[in-house]
Amino acid sequence: MARWPDRFIDMQLTSLETKLVNGWQKGFPLIPRPYAQIAEKMGITEKDVIAMLASLKERGILTRVGAIVRPNTVGASSLVAMAVAPERLDEVAQIICAEPQVNHNYERENKLNLWFVVTASNNTELDEVLYRIEQKTGCATVKLPLEKAYHIDLGFNV
Amino acid sequence: MNMAFNITVDERDVALLGAIQDGLPFSERPFKDIGKALEMSEEEVIVRIERMQSNNIIARFGLVLQHRPLGYRANAMVVWDVPDDKVDKAAKSITAHDFVTLCYCRARRAPVWQYNLYCMIHGRERDVVEKQIAILNNDGLAAFPSKTLFSRRRFKQTGARFSKPPEIERRCT
Repeated sequence: MARWPDRFIDMQLTSLETKLVNGWQKGFPLIPRPYAQIAEKMGITEKDVIAMLASLKERGILTRVGAIVRPNTVGASSLVAMAVAPERLDEVAQIICAEPQVNHNYERENKLNLWFVVTASNNTELDEVLYRIEQKTGCATVKLPLEKAYHIDLGFNV
Repeated sequence: MNMAFNITVDERDVALLGAIQDGLPFSERPFKDIGKALEMSEEEVIVRIERMQSNNIIARFGLVLQHRPLGYRANAMVVWDVPDDKVDKAAKSITAHDFVTLCYCRARRAPVWQYNLYCMIHGRERDVVEKQIAILNNDGLAAFPSKTLFSRRRFKQTGARFSKPPEIERRCT
């Protein structure tokens, strides 16, 4: 497995955790006590559900309980690619991560080797972020805005 | 479908999306707690989220997981250069496969980047993902220039930002 630079020990889920993550990636109860309702359906207590979510988050499996917002409905966002000299990749990646409007940042196998997503409240602010990144890194950004979403993240079975 | 038209969110919706961008608290009354900082009642928080969900602004509401810790580390972005009048048909053949996580059409940037159709596949084993990509190509996409970009390091992954959090995380994960 030497080709994966960031190696993890795969996280194992208990059967209750599997039930929780497979059951509530969508259709989360929008009621005053959502965790109590989930608990009732799982036959455990509200405290158990809350503790399980906190543990999943602690272990890096759960990012959050929240909304996936359809792209191009609120604010402005774009995928951005950059060609960075390999010896500068860490340094440049750190500069980009420091921008609060950057929410994904991955190294990929291509001459364009750094790929990130910028989300801002409007296009002007988006372009300002890109300009600032270019100034700080000395690398050109290639802005690849969305034109049409055919399929978006609807969760996955564990 | 991108339904950016005829949908409006107001300032309070955007403030609410900002308040939940790092997730609901793990408390007994999470919507009430979210509302406190916004001077919004629990009921208003719930009604606004319900409305954004039924207007398709919120595509889904629930647990958002990371692929990598669960062993999904063969993460491929596959891109094709498909003539504009054939993109919809090509996308349809891609999204017919349930191993596809995302499928988007994006602007081209000639001469640096000629590709316009993107899909993401998250798998556990690289050779399995490569076979899945071959399935897509055999399904009518082989005629178009293509590239596969597997991910190497993940420097950062959070949800989209709708407001600046009080404390900005300066370290990359």
